[in-house]
Amino acid sequence: MRYLPHTEEEIAAMLAVVGRNSLDELFCSIPDACRFAEEMVLPEALDEWQLTRHFDRLAGSMVVSHRHQVLIGAGRYHHHIPESIRALAGRSEFLTAYTPYQPEISQGTLQAMYEYQTLTARLLGMDVANASVYDGASALAEALLMGLRISRKKSKVAISAATHPHYRQVVRTYLNAAGYEVVELPVGADGRCDLGEAALDEMAAVAIQSPNFFGVIEELTTLGETIHAAGALFVVSFTEPLAYGLLKNPGECGADIACGEGQSLGLPRSFGGAALGMFACRDKFVRNMPGRLVGETVDNQGRRGFVLTLATREQHIRREKATSNICTNQGVCALMAAMFMASLGGTGLRRLARLNYDKAGYGRAVLRRAGARMVWETPTFNEFLVEFPSDFAPVRERLRAEGIVAGLELGRFYPEHAGRYLFCLTETVERATVDKIAEEVQR
Amino acid sequence: MSGTVEANGMIQEEPLLWEKGSRGRQGMSIPAADVPPVELPAELCGAGPDFPDLSEVDVVRHYTRLSAWNYGVDSGLYPLGSCTMKYNPKINERLAATPELAAAHPLLADSEVQGCLELMYGLQEGLAAITGLPGVSLQPAAGAQGELTGMLIFAAWHRSRGSRRNKILIPDTAHGTNPASAALCGFRPVPIASGPDGILTTEAVAAVMDDETVGIMITNPNTLGLFETNIREIAEVVHARGGLVYGDGANMNAVMGVVNPALCGVDVMHLNLHKTFSTPHGGGGPGAGPVCVTAELSRFLPVPRVVRAGNGYRLDEDCPDSVGRVHAFHGNFSVLVRAYGYVLSMGAAFLKRASQLAVLNAAYLKESLKESLPLAYPRPCMHECVFSDGWLHEHNITTLDLAKRLIDYGYHPPTIYFPLVVPGAIMIEPTETESQQDLDRFIAVLKQIVAEARNNPELLRQAPTRAKLGRLDETRAARQPCLCG
Repeated sequence: MRYLPHTEEEIAAMLAVVGRNSLDELFCSIPDACRFAEEMVLPEALDEWQLTRHFDRLAGSMVVSHRHQVLIGAGRYHHHIPESIRALAGRSEFLTAYTPYQPEISQGTLQAMYEYQTLTARLLGMDVANASVYDGASALAEALLMGLRISRKKSKVAISAATHPHYRQVVRTYLNAAGYEVVELPVGADGRCDLGEAALDEMAAVAIQSPNFFGVIEELTTLGETIHAAGALFVVSFTEPLAYGLLKNPGECGADIACGEGQSLGLPRSFGGAALGMFACRDKFVRNMPGRLVGETVDNQGRRGFVLTLATREQHIRREKATSNICTNQGVCALMAAMFMASLGGTGLRRLARLNYDKAGYGRAVLRRAGARMVWETPTFNEFLVEFPSDFAPVRERLRAEGIVAGLELGRFYPEHAGRYLFCLTETVERATVDKIAEEVQR
Repeated sequence: MSGTVEANGMIQEEPLLWEKGSRGRQGMSIPAADVPPVELPAELCGAGPDFPDLSEVDVVRHYTRLSAWNYGVDSGLYPLGSCTMKYNPKINERLAATPELAAAHPLLADSEVQGCLELMYGLQEGLAAITGLPGVSLQPAAGAQGELTGMLIFAAWHRSRGSRRNKILIPDTAHGTNPASAALCGFRPVPIASGPDGILTTEAVAAVMDDETVGIMITNPNTLGLFETNIREIAEVVHARGGLVYGDGANMNAVMGVVNPALCGVDVMHLNLHKTFSTPHGGGGPGAGPVCVTAELSRFLPVPRVVRAGNGYRLDEDCPDSVGRVHAFHGNFSVLVRAYGYVLSMGAAFLKRASQLAVLNAAYLKESLKESLPLAYPRPCMHECVFSDGWLHEHNITTLDLAKRLIDYGYHPPTIYFPLVVPGAIMIEPTETESQQDLDRFIAVLKQIVAEARNNPELLRQAPTRAKLGRLDETRAARQPCLCG
């Protein structure tokens, strides 16, 4: 086996050094009752070429593939990823390194994470970002737990019902386990979160997703003012951070914590993972923050360098009193997002965000002309919710046969939106594709 | 000895991203607009972030230079104890980039993504075979999230039996994540001291296991690299008092194909795919921490899970007793792809052989170094061996000094000051992918450093001198945090 370098002679020589007669004898401290009686039941080992063929077959069984235009967002977005990122992030110096506990020989990872933190903080308009957490959903759960830690006395949080449905599930998993209550805030008549009658003063934190699950851009500034007036922390979550290249960022709108999913910044959809939990907050809350942080310092000769810092918040020092149990970050994913942000630059990010906004605007206009109704006329970023005049399912079936996956039916997430479709149009979708959908609708 | 120095040569400087570039440069293609601009209400419009504008060449040089300041498994031996820094096969990177899989949207219909589901099902089955525990969730994104999922399952099981308990037993050799994960579920950790030989005794567990305790979290082999030989008796004590046994599988690389965790009495266990199953650590992630459970506990696993449906597969979300979701979608899928590639490449025989060789390598190191460094526990070790700082004190040398000196010889240091129960611990885990020659060279270097500690201790105190930077001021970083440029 090519990953195992030992020859039989070397094994024999090494066994002699350790005073054992066989490899089995190395395990003499293990009681018989704990052992497998027979060999584990696993498929026969494949060599590299057999393995490649096996994956060719798996790939072939994907009815929808990269050759399709998939007009679904809902938490995972298709954007062009430059080849340079794949090449750079694949460098084994980054890929095969561990957590940078030895900073003298980990400055590559450390500087890259410091840059990621900085670009993330700038994108979100926040003071400080961590080196990432698992994904957008657990980031939101961690943000709400952080809000509860900061408030100390309260045991409730509120979350917009226009937050990604899976995020709300993850939030409930995390917060109910710890004995906290999660209140959902309704979606108003304009597709935006309605703070309405909620007893916000009982909440440690209130979380609003923008653009929300329906792509609708929330009026964060106004929401933030109301939430702060009630004495709660204002958490802004997101699934499509590209939007902040064009829209007011969470910090500008008064957010105390901003968190969400960074996949759209240079990571493939990859069936939902590996993901990237982005997490940022105001300076004054940094010691309550979960996750790893990289900070600037100097070495013993006064040269600039970077280290993991503020570890006294973390589980390996604080154990059960830690701010979170999180240990790893999403290293390579954060690295790729930083490379993507660096490749776009401020100018490119704005252009790309604008293009996404305009594509969705075009899609809305064309489908409207084809007789569809926009469920809300409120501005959206690159997604929008559509109601068709008649059953869209057969049209969608025809489109799929032609390589277009047209939108996501929302009935399973929101029964009130059964039969309505959430569309996502990014820069990867050409105008002709949108026109084709409108044509099929009118056929 | 200078002949063995592996670190040498040119180190290029590189500024921070925003210290370079020029407004208007572009580092990637953006498609031309083929649609008209749409009006955006002014009150929603922002200014856009203050990012530097860089060319593609700027970005490529930047990250290539940064990468040169790193040390990875591909650079050399990476003997970090408890981290299992084994070789990360190249083919698995390509498999994870398979276009059909990498482009798969997680909300497509089951019938449209059979390849993804078959892969996940295959990995679930593989991990079930390896642990003897038939219920598997691939959703947890890392070991710590696997632990949390396990604790959620403990809580759900007790709740389903109407039992209200809030204590959890955690030995002093546990990872720090164990108590932190348990605390997230409202459990209060009760520490148990390991016995004088580094092994947990059945009596110590029996003395604290009571009707208010949900169970025990136990790492086996433990963080001293020793097999918990009393595991079955301990599990019996815990089960008899109505508790469950959690197996932290961080050290599974020692015992694949040898130990059947289910036979040890383990009810719930997580595996670290980024350790045992060879997926790259990536400077901190992404990892994956699947959870394996007994048939009885399967109904509590996170949703959705992949199940068989006719000739194909589907995602099953209909599970009312489930603890819920812990990830927005299916966990770190691209990590699962790599681990699946690894399991298929190894098969049952080579997985077992990998564990045997991991243990052989650790035993060989221990045997070769025990005259040079004081052993923490004179017992047969599994996949890692732990030394203490013992005589280093006499020369006013710390474990840290010794670790830093290894850098000057071109090696990544071992894990140090962990586990906490060993003073000045030096914890070495070579893994099975190191050859005897590679180990011999490392042993020779360590012996050389031990000699230096006696004869020229200043070399250790000043180390490293051949890395990009000397020792960094961590106190300053924490006292005056500068986390954002």
